Parts: sequence; structure tokens; C-alpha cells
Amino acid sequence: MKVKKGSWVQIHNIVLKAENRAPQVPEDTKKVALELWVKGFLQEDGEIGSEVKVKTITGRIETGKLVAVNPTYHHGFGNFVPELLQIGLQLREILSGGETHE
Amino acid sequence: MNKDISYESVLSRKNEIMKRAVGIDFSSYESGSIAFDYERMMRETGYTLGEMKEIQGYTGVGNTPLLELKNLTRLARILSSDGKGARIFIKDEAANPSGSFKARRAANAVYHAKKHGYKGVIAATSGNYGAAVASQAAMHGLKCIIVQECYDSKGLGQPEIIEKARKCEAYGAEVVQLTVGPELFYTFLKLLEETGYFNASLYTPFGIAGVETLGYELAIQFRERIGKDPDVVVCTNAGGGNLTGTARGLYKAGAESVKVIGASVNLQGLHMASDTQFNKKSFTTGHTGFGIPFATWPDRSDVPRSAARPLRYMDRYVTVSQGEVFYMTEALAQIEGLERGPAGNISLAAAFSIAQELNEDQIIVVQETEYTGAGKHIQPQLSFARDNGIEIRFGNPQDEIPGKNIIIPSHPQLIKTKELDLEKLKKSYIQNCIELNKVKEISSNDLDFLAQDTNTTLSFVRDVLADKNIVIHE
Repeated sequence: MKVKKGSWVQIHNIVLKAENRAPQVPEDTKKVALELWVKGFLQEDGEIGSEVKVKTITGRIETGKLVAVNPTYHHGFGNFVPELLQIGLQLREILSGGETHE
Repeated sequence: MNKDISYESVLSRKNEIMKRAVGIDFSSYESGSIAFDYERMMRETGYTLGEMKEIQGYTGVGNTPLLELKNLTRLARILSSDGKGARIFIKDEAANPSGSFKARRAANAVYHAKKHGYKGVIAATSGNYGAAVASQAAMHGLKCIIVQECYDSKGLGQPEIIEKARKCEAYGAEVVQLTVGPELFYTFLKLLEETGYFNASLYTPFGIAGVETLGYELAIQFRERIGKDPDVVVCTNAGGGNLTGTARGLYKAGAESVKVIGASVNLQGLHMASDTQFNKKSFTTGHTGFGIPFATWPDRSDVPRSAARPLRYMDRYVTVSQGEVFYMTEALAQIEGLERGPAGNISLAAAFSIAQELNEDQIIVVQETEYTGAGKHIQPQLSFARDNGIEIRFGNPQDEIPGKNIIIPSHPQLIKTKELDLEKLKKSYIQNCIELNKVKEISSNDLDFLAQDTNTTLSFVRDVLADKNIVIHE
């Protein structure tokens, strides 16, 4: 997918390869690279997956692989957790005197 | 001239980068051995309480409401024996501009950066502090970069951290997101060197002194409203700054008889730098994975000498489980009509349990709340945990195994803090001072410092040192 210069994009790069991880990190972390994501305005026309330059919101230039255009927040309230309903019901019952403590 | 930006090269320039980025010559407070002059560092590099109130007031930080949790108090009294059940109050720090008490720390740090001509600020944090620094930078017209530990190697991030990134970006900050690992510090140093921005560390004297206003306000608010100081203040403890600053503020108000209790959520068994365990926890701060290492070695932070020294001020240190905090977060919404947290409710869960040990005429205070919303809320956090294979069920929270399950108390009477052995932590701190400084002998100045830094006696320190065969030059 072609992406126009000036688009707001997210890029990804590798800060440290797995073999260069710090000695103090746990074994499972040593097996994977230290990766970085940052967002910025695309400096030249590019493509998803290609190496590009971006100017971040503070004006820094960063390079990396273009991974997303207009990166969107996907976090929300997740799937409903029905267990939580019981807490309010239980507390209201205790407070209303429905349950006395022994 | 292009500097070598390899990992080893950047880390070898750590001290010069930090000196420029913090503007404090920490060496001037050093003794050359274990001891350093903590109080002189706080006095000379920080701000007076009056100055801090003014700096914070200028950006609408502080003077947050003190709320009495009458229904939770009533519940605690129903569950405890006759005459027990202290009045529970909460300081609604979510009312600060960025939605948490961290605005107090950030207000001072960003003010200081602006005053000293820095063009921007950088902070390494996945928590509320990032939003606080970004908010203050927006008010002062400075640029801001927040460096977050955000994802595991599959690119999966805690909804809470993703939300913090969104909030920082909402204030105009640049957010640099990394996968798990302590080498975040390398990226952080590179950014400081590249930009020349101020290191708005959580652990500078400005940051910690910023929390003193919270402790001070608490004492004043209680005297005005109830006519006396509270008996117990519970502080959620991670890096130790919240507790240190609050306790110092209470002392500055003359409220020296107040007991200060630290509370962390128990994440025992989970390694904080583990890629595979990163998303097995449901709390990104306020947990034992920070609380215990920072208490037993505060100078592990991103400045040479941390101004957060919790062992000096902590009277007790307790833990609660993730399930207990989630229960109390829901309780706060359901019977007090306050939707806050969850991380800020760690101390609430602890206070609810401790209130049942205290008498009805006593007062216990939870000294913070934090904002809540998409991502940063019990629903998405529990949903995320369930998606990551964590079992969620009702039961006895004492059976919770971090990383395996989250046990929501089946009854509020099961909410019970666990006591951490403070004496053991103090011994461990003294041993760390010896081992990490690689010393075989210490001066009487070091001895005094260790007693002060652990709030113990000279004989306590001597006993620990004797076990390690350390010679003291008196």
C-alpha cells in the first residue's frame, strides 16, 4: 500500500538484537529483540513495510519500518466481566442489614 | 561530531548525560562511600513548601478534595468486632489536572526545567507520571517525550499502558514505545543526549518534594475539618516517592504522630523484565515488583541518588492481592459512587482491612485516587487477564497466585492485608549498600547514614554489619 508524504504514521525498529540484550535480562527476554514504535509525519512517499523517515510530533527525525497509517487506539473496556455484577449486589445486601455478621 | 551511539558507548556516558539533563551535581552530596547528605540535597536542590504550593497552584495542581467514605466505614464496622472500624477517608487526587497525584511531582519538575531554559522534558514511565509530565509540559509550552515499556515480543500491550500513551499524546507529547526490558534506559539516555531535554525523573528532589504538599494538605484539611491529625495514612508504594513525599509533608505540618503505612499489590513470583510474564500481571505499578527492590535499593533509579527513600518513613509495609484491589475498586463505585483507579485503590484495599484493626474513633486515610476510563479500568484489565490465560474466580484471595489466577474475594471479610517483614527489608537494604558499593569497612558517618536511611538504631546497623564481617572505623 502506497502512503503519501505527510501522512501520520507509525514506524517500528529494532533497538537491540536478541544477541545484544543486556546481561541482566531474564532468559526468555534474551531470546527476543528490544523493539521500538513511534509515530510521526512521513517525510517521503512510502509503502507499508518499507524503511521510511518520519518527523515526530516534537520534531525529531526517526527511521524505521512503516507499520500503520493513522494509527488508531483500539483499547476499550474489553469483554464484559459478569463476576463484577455480584460485588455491588453483595455489598448492598450487607449494608442493608440483609446479612449479619456472626 | 557524531557520537558513538552503541549501547556500551551511550551507557559509558551515563553520568555526563545525567548531569546535564538533571542539572544536579550529585557528587557534591557524596561522602565517597555509602553515605550521602540526603537532607542537604533536598534543601539545596528542591523547593520550599511555600514555593511548591505556589508552583503547583499556578497550574491548578493540589488542594484536592478530602472525601469521607461513609459506606465503606459502615461496612468495615459490620465486619469487625465491637468498637473497631476506623473512619476511612480518601484524598481525591484524581481531581488534579492530569488525573493523579503525579501532577504534583511533574509540576515541580517541569517548572524547574522551564526556569533553567530547557526546551523540553523527557520521562521514562508507563504510568500516570507520563500523563502528568505531558500535561505540565503543555501548560508551560515545553516539548515532551515519554518513553514507555509497553509491549511483549508479540506486540501485545496492557490496555492500561496503551491508555496512558493515548493520554500523553492527547497533551501533545511524543510517545516512544518499547518492548520489555531494562535497556529502555539506553533509549532514554540516547533521547536525552539527542534532544538536550530535561530528565523529568520521578526520583529527583524536585519530584519527591512535589509530593510533600500532599502530606501537608492532608494534615491541614483534617485539622480544619475534624480538629485533629489522622491516625494512619496509607500510601500505595512502588518506587517509594509517593510515600516519602507524603511522609515528609506530614512532618513539615508537624503531624509526626501519624503512622505511615506502605501498601503494594502482591506480584510475588513474576519477573518484571520477563517477556513471557509481562502480560500475566494486571498491575503496571504499585506492586511488589517495584516496591521491594526500590525499598531495598532506592538508588537503582534513573538518577545517581534517589530522593525517594521509603524505609526512612515507613512504619509498616503490607501487601494486598490483585483480586482484593479489583473488589475494592468495584466497591468504591458501587457503594461510594466514585469510579476511580484501579492502581490507586491498592492503598484503599489495605486501608479497608487495617481500619478493622483500629478503633471507631480513629481515622485512616487513603492518600490518593487516580482517573479511570477505557483501558484503565477493572473491566478491560480483567478481560485482558482472562484473554491471557489467567483464571478469574471468586474465592479466598489468600489463595491467589500472581500470573496464574485472580481471586476476587467471595466476601469482603476475606480482604486481609499481609504484613511484610520491614526489619528484613531494612537488613536487606544495609546488605545491598555493602555489596553494591563493594566495601569491607565503613566510616562512622556511613554508620549514622545507614541508621537514618533505615530509620533504625546504630546497634541495629552494627548487628547487620557484624554478620557481614564489616569493620567500622569510629
